[in-house]
Amino acid sequence: MKVVYKAIWDLPVEELFASGHRACAGCGPAIAMRWITKTAGPNTVVVNATGCMEVTTTQYPETAWMVPYLHVAFENAAAAASGVDSAIRVTSKKGLWRSGKTNVIVIAGDGGTYDIGLQSLSGMLERGHHVLYILYDNEAYMNTGIQRSGGTPRYAWTTTTPVGRAIRGKIQAKKDIMGIVMAHRVPYAATASISNIIDMSNKIKTALEYTEEGPTFLHIMAPCPPGWRFPEERTVEAARLAVETGYFPLYEYDHGKIRLNPPTSNMVADPKRRKPLREFLKFQGRFAHLTDAEIGELEKEVVANLEYLAKLASL
Amino acid sequence: MSLPKVHEIPIGGIITEPGSSRRNLTGGWRSLKPIIHDDRCIRCRICWMYCPEGTIKETKGEFVVKGRKYQYKYEIDYNYCKGCGICAHECPTKAIEMVPEA
Repeated sequence: MKVVYKAIWDLPVEELFASGHRACAGCGPAIAMRWITKTAGPNTVVVNATGCMEVTTTQYPETAWMVPYLHVAFENAAAAASGVDSAIRVTSKKGLWRSGKTNVIVIAGDGGTYDIGLQSLSGMLERGHHVLYILYDNEAYMNTGIQRSGGTPRYAWTTTTPVGRAIRGKIQAKKDIMGIVMAHRVPYAATASISNIIDMSNKIKTALEYTEEGPTFLHIMAPCPPGWRFPEERTVEAARLAVETGYFPLYEYDHGKIRLNPPTSNMVADPKRRKPLREFLKFQGRFAHLTDAEIGELEKEVVANLEYLAKLASL
Repeated sequence: MSLPKVHEIPIGGIITEPGSSRRNLTGGWRSLKPIIHDDRCIRCRICWMYCPEGTIKETKGEFVVKGRKYQYKYEIDYNYCKGCGICAHECPTKAIEMVPEA
């Protein structure tokens, strides 16, 4: 990761994501969108898959975006971005593109990435388009009413995985999307959280720089107050606890080498610096039904995942 | 809010005006109103960074509060603030207070 922004005072000031969008109060993805547009700058084309951020920001005839914006369906955001990138490359070669180096960014939610858009994402990564794919992960299909997705964690309540005698929330574990992307041998892939904005902005800058070589990918943790069932003022705290408990580790894959970023690197070096997973789970209504045994099970999964990443980082 | 007539909108579902969502004042959603106490604010920029709406406005200049000089001033745009309270929750000096909307 190239460190462009060292401190909070280096962060860009210009707003390219207008107020007045219809996202819920305390929306985590809205914070991510604000910082993606701020960091990428005005010379950017955004391709947005259907999802919370499309539904809330572009209520016709109004838009919150102040950059060229393309809304496409769930399954073809990466494919449409491949076309945008190819068009820019061809017109640049012919001398018809006068905007210089233009960033092409795909923004898709976890439904549009983990489940429906996985084939077009895989195709784009394989063909090597010069596109940054940003996944904002709120861990379910939130705008249609909290249905489970491939990104929903085990035992989480959603409307399609209700808690009762037969099942205790979602049965399956969260899909390792970073593993899938890294298996494509892309130049750069990273995880970021809306609680660590400086780290996230640096990763966006780095990823945009590496798009010269090929596709890059960013997985951003963006909590959702109505879907996760917690008070809306705790959005950033939820994202911070996800990182500090090891539930959502921060790391980057840079040309075949995995590097853990703080605070994840600190908790791998010294397990005492990892907060207990209970702190992340206890204030969320979607985990309110968990017993101590189930929390212990989830904690074991988190520790195993951290050990797995530490092993990958040591390669 | 008056919507445009059908012959006034461009063909193909395109929106030609960037950032036109500013016409939609979301301030009416609010039940708790954040108030910045300028004397307790240490100008750390954290509320500005975490606001999902971008409603916290940063003004550069010379500001004197209780004999201390500051280069920045933070104000909330109540036209768009939805009252989520992230700013008050994240403020390290608890300089932002959430009061019930009158």
